[in-house]
Amino acid sequence: MYGALWRVLPGPWWVRVLILLVLLVAVLAALIFWVFPWVEQFVAVQEVTVEQ
Amino acid sequence: MSAGPETAPSVPAVDGGRRSRREHERRRARRGRRTSVVGVLGELLITAGLVVLLYIVWQLWISEYLVGNEVKQQAGQLSQEWNEQAQETPTPSATPSPSTSATPEPSEDPEPVDTVIPVGTAPAVDKNFAILMVPRWGSDYARTIAEGVGTADVLDKGKLGHYPSTQMPGAVGNFAIAAHRMGHGGSLHHINELQLGDHIFVETADGWYQYSFRNLEYVHPTGVGVLDAVPQSPETPATERYITLTSCNPQYTSRERIIAYGVFDRFYPRDPSAPDKGAPAEIAATVNGAG
Repeated sequence: MYGALWRVLPGPWWVRVLILLVLLVAVLAALIFWVFPWVEQFVAVQEVTVEQ
Repeated sequence: MSAGPETAPSVPAVDGGRRSRREHERRRARRGRRTSVVGVLGELLITAGLVVLLYIVWQLWISEYLVGNEVKQQAGQLSQEWNEQAQETPTPSATPSPSTSATPEPSEDPEPVDTVIPVGTAPAVDKNFAILMVPRWGSDYARTIAEGVGTADVLDKGKLGHYPSTQMPGAVGNFAIAAHRMGHGGSLHHINELQLGDHIFVETADGWYQYSFRNLEYVHPTGVGVLDAVPQSPETPATERYITLTSCNPQYTSRERIIAYGVFDRFYPRDPSAPDKGAPAEIAATVNGAG
């Protein structure tokens, strides 16, 4: 999968590395700012209040 | 005979080592060119594992930092608004506010002064009405306190939530608030590090209420006695002013609750004409830095 991605990318190796880095940052940002906050409401629910 | 299983597979390798290696390389090249189902599956699984790890890192550190920062900025804005309000309304600056004019508070007096301590009216649910500042948790620690302990609108936003059944800051009785200890801003992350006498400040539009930390307690999730006007003593009529912080314990779980109690020391009125707007020296940097 990643091998195929590497072959699909154009340019010399350093251009490919650059593109991959940009892609990686984009994916990480999407995870951190949208995906994880959305996932959080379903997992690790912590109760901090006292109630009867 | 015992060497049989070992030598048997190596026989072809020794026999036609070169040929087999060439064949192997050719096969590898062919496989590399076309992606195999197992290969893709493996890569997906490794990726999924990394994403799960990243989620944990995010929840423990990144999210806590981001949400905490957001709430801190919110607190700074709120404080700024109160300062502007105090500046606009001539009451506090021109004629010292009626509540404190009776006996002007000596600024150096460490004893609780017998001034009338202003007590706000209970705000609407989810409304930010106060700020918590605890120097023990860092000179930049400031978090908003909202009315109610709803998870989605208050606690999960990183704010502290005020139990509506308890009193307001400065009122005789108990001012009880809750917040997350891990994730969601982790506003009470270091609750267990409080030490006897540590100051806990609650800022409202009126000024700063100073409480001193007294002790920790661990209770079951149903231990609502901590919210009593005199904590754990429902029959006793309240004569003192308490603050109660509740969070989860052990950290990362919800099995128990950790409770921190403080007692009221004194009140610092907001005064736009005074240096640091009348804020206590201990948190003046926090107030100015945040505002």
